[in-house]
Formats: sequence, structure tokens, C-alpha cells
Amino acid sequence: MKQNKYGFWHKVKKNRTLLLMLTPAVLFFLVFAYVPMAGIVLAFKQYNYSGGIFNSPWNGLDNFKFFFGSGDAWRVTRNTALYNIAFIIINNVLQIFAGILLFEVAGKWFRKITQTILFLPYFISWVVVGAIAYNLFNFDVGTLNVLLKGLGMQPIDIYNTASYWPLILIVVSAWKALGYGTIMYLAAITSIDTEMYEAAQIDGANIFQRIMKITVPNLIPTVIILVLLAIGNIFRGDFGMFYNMVGNNGLLFSNTDVIDTFVFRSLTTSNEIGMSAAAGFYQSLLGFATIMFANYAVRKYDKDRALF
Amino acid sequence: MKKVRKRADIDKITLSIIGYVTLTILAIFCIVPFLLVISASLSDESSIIEKGFQIIPSTFSTEAYRLLFEYPGEMLRAYGVTISVTLIGTVVGLFLTSMTAYVLSRRDFEWRNRFSFYFFFTTLFSGGLVPSYLLIINFLQLKDTLLVLILPMLMNVFYIIVMKSFMSSIPDAITESAKIDGAGDFRIFMQLIIPLSKPALATIGLFIALAYWNDWYNALLYISKSDLMPLQYYLYKMLGNMDGMRKAMMSSGAVVNSDLPTESLKMAMTIVATGPILLAYPFIQKYFVQGLTIGAVKG
Repeated sequence: MKQNKYGFWHKVKKNRTLLLMLTPAVLFFLVFAYVPMAGIVLAFKQYNYSGGIFNSPWNGLDNFKFFFGSGDAWRVTRNTALYNIAFIIINNVLQIFAGILLFEVAGKWFRKITQTILFLPYFISWVVVGAIAYNLFNFDVGTLNVLLKGLGMQPIDIYNTASYWPLILIVVSAWKALGYGTIMYLAAITSIDTEMYEAAQIDGANIFQRIMKITVPNLIPTVIILVLLAIGNIFRGDFGMFYNMVGNNGLLFSNTDVIDTFVFRSLTTSNEIGMSAAAGFYQSLLGFATIMFANYAVRKYDKDRALF
Repeated sequence: MKKVRKRADIDKITLSIIGYVTLTILAIFCIVPFLLVISASLSDESSIIEKGFQIIPSTFSTEAYRLLFEYPGEMLRAYGVTISVTLIGTVVGLFLTSMTAYVLSRRDFEWRNRFSFYFFFTTLFSGGLVPSYLLIINFLQLKDTLLVLILPMLMNVFYIIVMKSFMSSIPDAITESAKIDGAGDFRIFMQLIIPLSKPALATIGLFIALAYWNDWYNALLYISKSDLMPLQYYLYKMLGNMDGMRKAMMSSGAVVNSDLPTESLKMAMTIVATGPILLAYPFIQKYFVQGLTIGAVKG
């Protein structure tokens, strides 16, 4: 025991520079990630400003009862999960496809220019995307309706019709994430050993066989990591996207309200601190359970591919 | 043999055609919205109202930009806030991210897996918005300060992971030989690892800068003073406000076509708020493919 202790301090001393170099990051995550985790107790309290987090009275599961009883819980959970599943599948397939094509086309200039253009949407803020969407879909002067009118068709009132939004949000998400993911996969493809391609060529594999038998299998580790990380966020909406595209447009909530926008609204507009903390806790728990399950599933399939 | 060759050529051509066509279509999708915005910012207001947003402006006008540069007051201040926040945040954030990543990439550091998990766990579970909000407002008292725009976004686990996997690919021999020569860990990091990590630093640096430049969420939550508003939040407010103004004007029966070219002004503002960060991209692009490998994420 004593020797162990000596050993520990000896190791600290030996690694003191490295430990010192880690200190800022350790403190940062302590304050901005671990301390808020303790704030989860709020979900079980009836928050009031004089009492604060620690001296407000407990109220058991009332906040959760209120949240689940409001009828919003199921709607926001379903929306969040369905949107994220669609984003994960569609975005990754599109990005892998574009990454492979970008790797295979010969023209150097073409490759450079398309790569740059595909990345453009990633660079603009959701505020700007919201403005662009408004230009496209606005009832009076939006490009889409101008086109429809030009073709002699009825204009559509997108900002008052919930059923258009799943499609719009999926397309916008794919559009914005395309460049980033494509480069991610391109980087992974570039690091594949070229000898494998040469060997395949000698064996008479055609270019499509090479892609299906070498490129795609070699991308699987990257896909698994990115998808696992995305699954951890499956119950977290991209707040910036939903808020700037939809805002507080209650007419669309049935198809656009996600847990994040719900929590934000209950915190800032109706000031329901306890309930929004409960909803946030519920969200974190769901996310945690999902990633644990996904990681477990990957571990079963191949131990080395799991995140932890 | 010849036949096989021919097959291969045909396959190659097919793939090229698919590649060029698909990528061109995707690229058009990615660029058209930008053209719409640029064109709208250069259009005459009345033609937008009459014909909607178009890719090529039917009547050309620089009125919106003239107005914007003639009365830059608030916008200039928002620019100042964003530039300072982006500069400070990127320099400090990149330094801390790479320093942390370096320690975690050292194979001889005994506790690297434990610390990796300490960081990684924060991506699995979080306290949620409400506790963070109360922490920042009540305990740290950061409401309406520049710090609140910088601190919460200073470090991101994913960037640490990407940086760490880049640094893991630097041969250990470099660190070891420097140690034998008597260099301390911090010196090895500053003088050897940083210069060798240029692609990763450029890539992650751009992402951090981008996050700061585009941030409006922290401002939405924590900034109420108008002189601390960053650019994107200012833009967000203006887009909403001018819209409200136009609606109010319409409902009060005023002529919509008034002096203020709201639609084109909005778009000009959008361009001015986006521009600078887009300009940085082409210079850093060449490092991207090297810098973004995430092969070995695991702790």
C-alpha cells in the first residue's frame, strides 16, 4: 500500500510536465461539462430563483410527469429520432458516394473546383442558411413560387404547411454536410494502401469491383466511427438548423419540433426551468443508452471497431 | 488480353462519366443558393418584389451595398466583436487543443487512456442546456461579457481526437531522440510537434475559427447588450427585424416599395457577414485531406 502510494507520487513527478500540459483541458471540461452534469438534480426540484440549484425544494418526479403529460414528449422524441436517423443514413451514403467519385475522376482541376464548391455550404452559418431558405420558399417572392407561377401552377405556402418540412430539412442537412463528410471519406480513401489496387488490377478486377471489394470495405472503420459518434447525438437535434429554418413557427411544430427546440422554448419563453431540465435529462439518458447499445452491438460484431 | 483491356477501358469511361456528371450536379446544387443571394443583393428592390429572387438579376443595382457601407455603425461594431472573438478563440483554442492532443498521443504517458476517457465521456453524456445555462449566468456571472462568447466553445473533444490521431502518426523516434538531447516535454511539443503538425493545425484551426465566426447561439442565450452582439447574431436580428418592419408597413397600408430596399439589403448583409471566412478556405484546402484522417479515434 505504502509502496503504491510512493509509486503514484513518483509517477506524478516523472510526468509533471505532461500533467501540467493537460491541466487547462481537464479544468475546462470539469467546469463546462462535468459541473453541469451535477445540475441534473434540477430535474427533480422545483426551481426558484431565491433558492437556486441547491436550496430549491425537491419535488420528486413532478417535472417528468409534467413533461410526459404535456403530450409534447412523444412528439419531440419521435421527431428527433426520425430526423437524425434519416440524416445519418442519407448524409453518409451521399458523402461516401461523392468521396469515391472525387477520388476516381481524373481531372485535377475538376477535382479541386468541385471539392471547393461542395464545401461552400459548410462554411456559412445557419442564420444565413435560414435566410437562403426564406428566399427559396417565401410565399410572395420566393424563387420556388415564382417558378411555379411561371409554369402556371398554384404557389405553395411552405411556411404554413408542416408536411413539407421533413423533406426540406433532410435536403438542407445533406446539402450543408456534404462537403465536410466527403473530405473525411476522401481522406480515408487516400490512406488506403495503393498496392491493394495494383494487386486487384493484376488479378483482372474491373474498376467497379475494385471499388466494391477494396474501397468500400476499407471505409468501414471510418463509417463505424462517424456513425457511432452520430448515434450518440441521435436525440440531439442540430439546434441551429431547426431554429433558423423554422423558428418559433408553431404551425410547423408537429413535424419540426425536436427535443432541443422544445427545451430551449420552455427555458426561454415559458421559463419552466424544472421541466426543461427534466426534458434535457431525459434527452441525455436516451442518448447515453443509444450509444451504449450501438457500441455493444459493434463490439459483438468486431471488438476492434467499437469506440470503447 | 486485348479484350480484357477494352473492357477495363469501357469501365473506366463509364465511371468517369458517372463521376463527372454526378459531381457536377452536386456542385450546382451547392452553389446555386449562393448565386441567388449574390444576385438578390445586387438586384433592384422592385424587381425582387415583382419577379422574385433570380439567379441573374434582371435589374442591376448596388443600392443595398451603398446603404450598408454608408451607415455601417452597428454592423462595424458587430464585425469588431466577431473578429476579436474569432482571433482570441482560435489562437487559444488551437493551442490548448493541440497541447492536450499531444499529451494524449504520447504512448509512454501511462494515464493517457484514463484521460482520454475523461474527455470522451463528455460526448456521451451531458447535463443538458439548463444546468449549463444556469452555471454561466449565475455561478460564472458571464452574461453580457465577451468571455461568454469565447469560453464555452474553446475546446471540442472531436477536434482533440482528430488532432491526436494525426500526432500519433508522427514517429516516436522524434520525441525519444529529442529527449535524449535533453529537451523537456513542453519544448518537444512547441519546437518539434507543432511544426510537424501543420496540416492538422491548419484544418482544425479553420474549423475552430469557423465555429467562432458563425456562432450566434451563445449570443442568443447570453448577450443582450447590443454593443456585444457578434456578426451572425446581429444578422439574425436584422433579418427578423426588417421582416417585421416590412410586415408592419404592409399591414398599415403603406406602399411596400418604400425607400428601404429590405430584401436586397438583407442579402447584401448576408454576403458581408459571410465573406471573410469563405476567403480563408482556399488557402487551407490543400491541408484538408492530410489533416482530417480519423483512423485511430480510440483512446
